[in-house]
Amino acid sequence: MLFGFHWDTAHGEWAFALSILPILLRGLVVTIQASIVGFFIAMVLGLVLAVLKGAPSRIIAWPAALVTEFIRDTPLLVQLFFLYYVLPDYGIILPAFLTGALALGIQYSAYTSEVYRAGLEAVAKGQHEAAKALDITPTRTFTHVILPQAVPRVIPALGNYLVSIMKDVPVLSVVTVLEMLNVAKIIGDQTFDYLVPLSMVGGLYLILTILASAAVRYVDLNLPKRGLPLK
Amino acid sequence: MHWVEYLTPLSQGAWVTVQLTVFSTVLGGLLSFVFGIGKLSPNWGIRGFSIAYIEIFRGTSLLVQLFWLYFALPVAGDAIGINLRLPPVAAGVLALGLNIGAYGAEVVRGAIQAVRPSQYEAAKALNFTPRQALFRIALPQAIPEMMPSFGNLAVQNLKDTALASLISLGDLAFRAEQVRNFTQDSTTIYTMILFMYFGMALVLTAIMRLLERSVGRWRSARS
Repeated sequence: MLFGFHWDTAHGEWAFALSILPILLRGLVVTIQASIVGFFIAMVLGLVLAVLKGAPSRIIAWPAALVTEFIRDTPLLVQLFFLYYVLPDYGIILPAFLTGALALGIQYSAYTSEVYRAGLEAVAKGQHEAAKALDITPTRTFTHVILPQAVPRVIPALGNYLVSIMKDVPVLSVVTVLEMLNVAKIIGDQTFDYLVPLSMVGGLYLILTILASAAVRYVDLNLPKRGLPLK
Repeated sequence: MHWVEYLTPLSQGAWVTVQLTVFSTVLGGLLSFVFGIGKLSPNWGIRGFSIAYIEIFRGTSLLVQLFWLYFALPVAGDAIGINLRLPPVAAGVLALGLNIGAYGAEVVRGAIQAVRPSQYEAAKALNFTPRQALFRIALPQAIPEMMPSFGNLAVQNLKDTALASLISLGDLAFRAEQVRNFTQDSTTIYTMILFMYFGMALVLTAIMRLLERSVGRWRSARS
């Protein structure tokens, strides 16, 4: 029994599959929640890293680039263990779910920061010059000229990372987060049948990523290509 | 315990990680070409199989694939009377290779499709068979274009080997966990292995750059 649902091992494979479906779906909800929280952290942290890397001062830009490279080149699992075991030593005690989402966010901030940088750099140089010629302040140029044109380029790439994050959420099972794979593993441990729950997780993942990719493509196709009015 | 004493078990683990990375990257590279070319095959059976492989392994989580091969495959084998109990090393190499191979197949497909149509037309005009056109005209030009993506995938694969520790494979992450359980010295150990992974990634990136440069001579002269 898990989450108040009993599994049916007496009436064959299909009855078993049907009886554990609601349990796996509970796990799926946690998977989606962790993806969204992790994605949000990655978006914010990535923007911070992108701004720091683009700083005119090298004393800021270089360490930021090094940190990004370091995050990108080390495994999520080890970063997660690091946060989970080391933070409490310094008095920061987070629930497992938040630690996991934070690890996902940190890992993917390295990727999203590159997306932001590429998006900002892709805006034609003439736009900066035109804004200067029209005497628009640098801040206003960034928020009203550059950003609206960069956003449509950035969103599809960010969406693809959201899908990647979903596929990395099972790693959080190692710090006791009850996401879909962990739930399936528990069912397998107790019923000695790993085939049905793990195959169902695979199938559910396939559906999830196909739907998410379709949503990203839909958003991409419906974004105004020349820029997004922010007002 | 002093941090120097951790180096012996950790370097043993690092060696396993290196082997795991090499074997699974080579396997993944082979699968990339097989299924990347397969996806462009005129034969619908081969094309369908390649698309199914790519979608399944790109659409699900690596950890799910790893657990499926290690925990579920033996159960499936029992049901049909075959012993499919893979040792952790085999399951790890297989899962990592299959996973990275699916991503690589899309890279291979994209690079082959990016070869200019005029190249195929010229091959046809010179009476090359489709096979010759693929192996002698398209691939030599496509491979240099694939290399930057392959470099990223190789580093991705190195990072993913850490997941193999979850099926009790004695790699770097696994050894670190053992030492931590023994000493409770989390900060030192995890800092050490983060830097060890970082170092390995830098070496791997350098190797992939060398490889990229050595195949760069196949690049066609840009007109």
